[in-house]
Amino acid sequence: MDARVIKRLEEIVGRENVLTSIENKITYSYDATPSLASLPEAIVIPRTTEDISQILKLANEENFGVVPRGSGTGLSGGAVPLPNTIILLMNRWRKIIEIDTENLTALVEPGVITAQLHQEVERKGLFYPPDPGSMTISTIGGNVAENAGGLRGLKYGVTKNYVLGLEVVLPTGEILNIGGKNVKDVAGYNLKDVLIGSEGTLAVFTKILLKLIPKPQSSRTMLAFFDSIKTAGKTVSDIIANHITPATLEFLDNVTIKCVEDYAHLGLPTNVGALLLIEVDGHPAQVDEEARKIEEICRKNNATDLKVANSETEAMNLKTARRSAFAALARVKPTTILEDATVPRSFVPEMVEKIQEIANKYQIIIGNFGHAGDGNLHPTALTDERDKEEMKRVEQAFEEIFDFALKLGGTITGEHGVGLAKRRFLEKQYNEAGIEFMRKIKRALDPNGVLNPGKIFDLINPRCEGRLPLSREEIEKYKDLWV
Amino acid sequence: MFDLKIPPELIIQCMHCGMCLPVCPTYNLTFLEKSSPRGRIRLVKEVEDGNLPLTEDFINEMYFCLDCQACQTVCPAGVKYGKIVESARIKIFKLGKDKQAFMKKLIFKFVFASNSLFKFFARIVRFYQKKLKPLAFNFGLYEIIPKKLLQIEELAPEISDKFSDEILPEVLKPNGEAKYKVGFLTGCFMNVMYSKINIDTVEVLLENNCEVYIPKEQVCCGSVMAHYGDIETAKKLAKKNIVAFSKYKLDAIVVNSAGCGAFMKEYGELFEDDKEFREKAENISRLTKDVNEFLCEIDFKRPDVELNLKVTYHDACHLAHTQRITAQPRKIIKSLNGIDFVELNESTWCCGSAGIYNILRYEDSMKILERKIKNILETNAEIVLTANPGCHAQIEYGLKKANANIKVMHPVTILNLAYKLSKKSMEEKVDTA
Repeated sequence: MDARVIKRLEEIVGRENVLTSIENKITYSYDATPSLASLPEAIVIPRTTEDISQILKLANEENFGVVPRGSGTGLSGGAVPLPNTIILLMNRWRKIIEIDTENLTALVEPGVITAQLHQEVERKGLFYPPDPGSMTISTIGGNVAENAGGLRGLKYGVTKNYVLGLEVVLPTGEILNIGGKNVKDVAGYNLKDVLIGSEGTLAVFTKILLKLIPKPQSSRTMLAFFDSIKTAGKTVSDIIANHITPATLEFLDNVTIKCVEDYAHLGLPTNVGALLLIEVDGHPAQVDEEARKIEEICRKNNATDLKVANSETEAMNLKTARRSAFAALARVKPTTILEDATVPRSFVPEMVEKIQEIANKYQIIIGNFGHAGDGNLHPTALTDERDKEEMKRVEQAFEEIFDFALKLGGTITGEHGVGLAKRRFLEKQYNEAGIEFMRKIKRALDPNGVLNPGKIFDLINPRCEGRLPLSREEIEKYKDLWV
Repeated sequence: MFDLKIPPELIIQCMHCGMCLPVCPTYNLTFLEKSSPRGRIRLVKEVEDGNLPLTEDFINEMYFCLDCQACQTVCPAGVKYGKIVESARIKIFKLGKDKQAFMKKLIFKFVFASNSLFKFFARIVRFYQKKLKPLAFNFGLYEIIPKKLLQIEELAPEISDKFSDEILPEVLKPNGEAKYKVGFLTGCFMNVMYSKINIDTVEVLLENNCEVYIPKEQVCCGSVMAHYGDIETAKKLAKKNIVAFSKYKLDAIVVNSAGCGAFMKEYGELFEDDKEFREKAENISRLTKDVNEFLCEIDFKRPDVELNLKVTYHDACHLAHTQRITAQPRKIIKSLNGIDFVELNESTWCCGSAGIYNILRYEDSMKILERKIKNILETNAEIVLTANPGCHAQIEYGLKKANANIKVMHPVTILNLAYKLSKKSMEEKVDTA
C-alpha cells in the first residue's frame, strides 16, 4: 500500500492507531479457520463512528478493501484479509452502553464479548440466549455479522432473533440507524435482516440493540446413552412430537464419545452408539413435568443408561461430556476441521450415518457431534494439513457431505457462515438467480466492492486493477503465507 | 549440543481458535493479537519457517509474555504453549539477541548459582534493610536515588532474620509414629525471605507424622533460569538437586513454592536425552508434590479450633495452570473451623510477579498487579492466602501501595497456626480439668 494512503489513514485515526509492522501483519493474517492466511496492508483501530465513515470513504477513493474484525474466531475465513485490504479492528469497542430493565434491551458496542454480556444481564435477572461455542471471546459484532447460533438455538433461536436495532456505517461511508426498542416496527423494508449475517460485506456495525428475556427460573440436565444413532434420533423426534422443547438437545457419536473418554476419563461407556445431553428449563413445575416425560421417552426408546442430575454440580458433570467434545477431538491430530452442515432435524440419524459412511470411504477420521434438536451437526475431520494427500481426501469427503445435506433439504452452513471457506459450495445451494440477487444487493450498497471483498461470493467483475499488496521482494519472502 | 529448532509438532498443534485470548493477561492489556498466545505461536512459526528474523518486536513479545500458562488451561487442543515460548527464549538467549541478557546472566550465574552465594547476597540486602535503609531515610538520601530503583527495591520483601536452612537440621523426626519419609526443598527465595513459611511447612509435616529430610547440598531449583532461556544453568542446578534428594529413600519430596514444584516435576523431561541421568530425574519428578497436594493425599489432620477470619485465595499460575492444583489448597482452607472463605474474582489471573518479571518489566507487571489488587479489595477479606513466594511478595507490595490492611499468608501458615492454637486450647482444657 502506498505510503501516502497509510499517511491519510494516520490522519484519520491518529498515528498510534495504524499498525504496519510485519509482526502485526502476520498476526492479523488469519482467523480461526484452518489453512487460510493472507497478510493485510495495515491494521487500523478506529476510535469513533466518524473515523470508520472516513476510512470507508478513503477506501472508495483510493481503492482498497476493508475487513472488519472482532476477536477473529470465525470458522469460515470471514475475517481473513485478501490482498490490498486493511483490517478494521473493532475489539476495543467494549462498552455495554445500557441495559434497559423496563424494555428488556441491551445497547452494546460491537466489541463486547458475548460471555461478558451474558454475565452482566444475568446479574439483573435477564437472559441473552445466543451462546456460540466461542462465546468466551467472540464479539457481539461478529455474532451479528455471522448470525451466530449455539447450544440454545432449538428453544431460543439464534442471534437474528435478538437484534432489535443497529447503528451502522455503509460501505460508502454514510452513518444510519435501523430499528429501535419497538416490538413492532414495519416502517419500510426490514433492513436489519439484510445486514444480519451479511458477514461484514454490507455494513460495519457501530452500535447494536439487543432483545433480552427473563432468565429461566430453573433447569434440569440429563444424559442418555443409546445403542445406535437411530434410536437416539428417534428419541429426539419423540421428544419434539410430545411438544417438549428442551433448551439443549445435543448428541455425540461413538467416535466422539471414545475421544472424550480417552481425554477426560469420565467413565462413559465407549461401546454405545450415541449419547444425548438434554436440558429443560423454565418454571420449576414445568421443568419437573417435562423431565419426567423425557425420562419416559428415553426408556421407551431403550436407552441403555440414563443419568439425571440432582444438583448444580451433577449437572455440570453431565455437561462435561458435551463440553469436552471439541477439545477431545482437537487433541487427536494437529489439524481439526469443524464443519456445520445442517439438515431438518428428522434427517439427523440419516445424515450422521451417511457422514460415517463417507469417512470410511475416504479413510479419514470424522467425529460427529452437535445440536441434534435443530439438525445442526458438527462433523469434525481430524487430519494434518501438512499431509497434502489426506487433505485432498478430506476435501472430497466434505464435498460429498454437503451434497448429501442439500439433497435432504439442508444447508451447507448452519451457523459458521460462507466467508472464504464455503464460497464454492454456496453455488450448489443457490442457483444463479439466487447468487445474482445477493450480488445485486452488494453492488447497490458497495459499488466499488470495498467492504470485506471476496467473501460469500465473487463479484462477476473482479477488481484486479488494485495495487499489489507488498513489494516484489516482500512477496517472495512471505509467499508461503499466501494461500 | 543444544538443538535450537523448536519441534514443529508443538507449533502445529495450535489450530488458532482463539480460546486463549480471554484469559491472557498481556492480550487484555494491549488488545493486540501479537500479545496473545495464538499470535505469539504464529510468530514463532514464522521464525521457524524462516519467514521472520528475530526482530526486536518478536523478542519483546516473547519476554512480554508472563509464561503464566493460563492459556494452557483453556486450550482445547492441548497446546504446550509454555514449552513453545520457553524454547523461543532459549533460542534468543543462545543467539545473544536478548538485550537484558547481561543482567540476567549476572543474576543467574552469580546470585542463584549456589546456595552460599545466594545467602551472601541476601545477607547484604538484610544489612541494607535493617541498618542502612533507616539511616539513608534519616539523611534524606532517598531523594537522590532514582524513583524506579526505589520502586524495585520496595518489591523485595524483608529478608528473614535467620535463614530456614540454618535453623532446620538435616533430619527431623515427628513426635509420634513416622508414617512417611519426605524430602523438603528449602528453595532460594523461600529460604531467605520466607524462612518462617519453611518452618511452618516442616512443622505441619511433622504434625502429620512425617519424617522430614532436608539435604544440605540442595540448591535453587533452576526454574527462573529455565523460564528466561538459560537452560544450561538450570540443568546444572537441577542435577545438584537430583543428586541431593536421591541420597534418601523417600515417599515424596514436598515443595511449598508453586514455581519450584512445577519445575521439579519437569526434571524428568529436562534430562530426557541424558541416558545416564534420566531415570534418576524422572524419579525425582514423580516424587515431587506441592505441599497442598501432599497434605490432601495423606488426609491431613484437621485442627480442632475456631478461627474467626475472613480469607480469600489467589491461585499461583504455576500451581493452577502448570500443576493443575486448585482444589487442594481450598480444601485445606475450608477444613478450618470458623473460616469465612470468599472466592476471589479471577483468582487464576496472574498477579504479574512471574519469577523476576516484576523486576525486568516493572511497568507491565504493575498494570497486571492493579487488576489483582482491585479484585482482592472487593472480597473484604482480612487475609489473602497464596502458595508461591513470587505472588506472596508481589501481592504484599500491591496491598502496601494501596494502603490496604490485608495480610498475605501461605496456606500452611494458617494451618500451622490452627494446629498450635488447638494444642494450646487442649492444654488449657487439661489444666482446668
